[in-house]
Amino acid sequence: MSGSVLEIKNLHVSIEDKEILKGVNLTIKGGEFHAIMGPNGTGKSTLASAIMGHPKYEVTEGSISLDGEDVLEMEVDERARAGLFLAMQYPSEISGVTTSDFLRSAINARREEGEEVSLMKFIKQLDKDLDFLEIDQNMATRYLNEGFSGGEKKRNEILQLMQLKPAIAILDEIDSGLDIDALKVVSNGINKMRNDEFGCLIITHYQRLLNYITPDFVHVMMQGRVVKSGGPELAKRLEEEGYEWIKEELGIEDETVEQNA
Amino acid sequence: MTVETKLPFDKDYINQYSQDRNEPQWMKSLRLNALELADTLEMPKPDKTKIGNWNFNNFNHAYTEGDAISSIKDLPAELQSYFDEENPTENLLIQRNHSVAYNTLNEDLKNKGVIFTDIFTAMNDHNDLVEKYYMKDAVSVDQNRLTALHAALMNGGIFVYIPKNVQVETPLQAIFWQENPETALFNHVLVVAEEGSSLTYVENYISHNDEQQTVANIVTEVFAHDNAQVAYGAVDNFAAGTTTYVNRRGVGQRDAKINWALGQMNDGNTVSENITYLLGDNATSEAKAVSVGRGKQTQNFTASIRQYGKQTDAYILQRGVMKGSATTIFNAIGKIEHGGTKSNSEQESRVLMLSDKARGDANPILLIDEDDVTAGHAASVGRVDPLQMYYLMSRGLKQEEAERLVIHGFLDPVVSQIPIESVRKQLTQVIERKVN
Repeated sequence: MSGSVLEIKNLHVSIEDKEILKGVNLTIKGGEFHAIMGPNGTGKSTLASAIMGHPKYEVTEGSISLDGEDVLEMEVDERARAGLFLAMQYPSEISGVTTSDFLRSAINARREEGEEVSLMKFIKQLDKDLDFLEIDQNMATRYLNEGFSGGEKKRNEILQLMQLKPAIAILDEIDSGLDIDALKVVSNGINKMRNDEFGCLIITHYQRLLNYITPDFVHVMMQGRVVKSGGPELAKRLEEEGYEWIKEELGIEDETVEQNA
Repeated sequence: MTVETKLPFDKDYINQYSQDRNEPQWMKSLRLNALELADTLEMPKPDKTKIGNWNFNNFNHAYTEGDAISSIKDLPAELQSYFDEENPTENLLIQRNHSVAYNTLNEDLKNKGVIFTDIFTAMNDHNDLVEKYYMKDAVSVDQNRLTALHAALMNGGIFVYIPKNVQVETPLQAIFWQENPETALFNHVLVVAEEGSSLTYVENYISHNDEQQTVANIVTEVFAHDNAQVAYGAVDNFAAGTTTYVNRRGVGQRDAKINWALGQMNDGNTVSENITYLLGDNATSEAKAVSVGRGKQTQNFTASIRQYGKQTDAYILQRGVMKGSATTIFNAIGKIEHGGTKSNSEQESRVLMLSDKARGDANPILLIDEDDVTAGHAASVGRVDPLQMYYLMSRGLKQEEAERLVIHGFLDPVVSQIPIESVRKQLTQVIERKVN
């Protein structure tokens, strides 16, 4: 038994009655790194939010399951405790709650009462992960995401990923707004997670992230669907040639989901 | 026109009460005069809160002794959470009902002339000082019917005096424990910080009368002379049966600083006024207050800083959480008087609603009679942000736990200002109890 299986079948998702996803099929297994690429406005972030259960997104058709359990029946926190994690593009700022208090609560939320992580052990692991991600130690005592720069927020998301060790992680544009040094650090954090058990879905519209994290599978999204899948070589070709050839191949004129239509 | 119930106190009663306490003549006269005034004065009129049918008349005023506490290691269970027993403050006064159960003060401070004693002892030992400040320039007897009643019926309290240029490094802590469920507390706290002195003072009000009805009528007067600094922390925690009127005032002279951090956690109906006068140039004040309303209680909190001096700086911060069918009004009033040039007045009131039946109102008011000033205000009444909840729950926190974190975070800007760690922890516990 190696890792979990996240299975997405014929997923249709709407926001405020506007359909964004129009039948997404995708299976992610433990040990696999998948990348979803595509231009802006093709539904990539909607997929991430729908998997986690964002309150604004409504699933109108299709299914999501984790190890056979119906994810759509679960509350957001149940999804997390079942093993899902979403590194968000725009994490909320939580005033008055320190990053370390929050992390400890989140770790303990996965444990039985009486089995809480000891403070010493928690601090030791936190210090280690902070160092690894080259994050200033004082971030632990700052309020969660409050006044963080864009880069600090991204690092903080990866810090949480490393601390919470989910079965399947979805990283929503974790590379946006990062300079090259920060991108390397964040990629190191993600690569450190790689093992036979851990599955990951990386959403990006820049190929450059995939120079540091090699995906096993690459998918291209357009018009709210996965229109092409392949191996790492697909990402390389996209970098060299852009998306036009796919559009031509599939006869697509406008790749977006016509958000403004 | 409301009909005021006649109180069962007359001149003879007041005379006798004052005599039993061996009070000086000025205090007896002040009480008798106040009793007469009480009959003619109106009740306070807190903005948007009707207090006409609140219980301000049904209580037991009689002087009630409480047992002495021999050692800090031997505290009654009700008080234990208020201290770090391993490391208690050296400067502590516990008032049990109306008498002092325990009182210590660091020897060095004593030698420097610091006074930290109950108000009755102070009137005997330091009569001139008490008379100089008591209900004159901060809270006046004739402000309203309740201040007059306070003056007539004052039955407890303390006097704190810090001589010129004395810095009190360790906080002074006072506990006012209304142990007897029917005993009314007409408590008076008088704090005088002479020129160039500084102190931190923290008080707790405690009662357990969920059923029995009584009254707390509290007046606090703080005087910060030139260049003096006063940090004043309080956690009010009267039980549901106590109707509370609390009037805390500060007067700051040149370069003085008065900072309030108030945890207003009563479970009964409460009217609270916290007013600071910045008389001297460069005087500053922060008035921070936090409250949790629950059950059916109605509360009204007014924080006001009135700026007379030049280049004064004022900051009011109010945070409230409302649940059940509680109703709370927060008034923040910044006033810059004519002549208060280059002064700054800032205020922020925020209310978090946790239930559909609760009502909360934040009224930010700026009254500016001077051109050359800066001022700003912010107010909001709202619910817990669903995106914050989504974010926290996406990390596995259950809804209640996520909400708990958001609430504590929301109140933290005030809670973190409470000066003594054990009191801060105790306030956090009270908040926990009230929001769950």
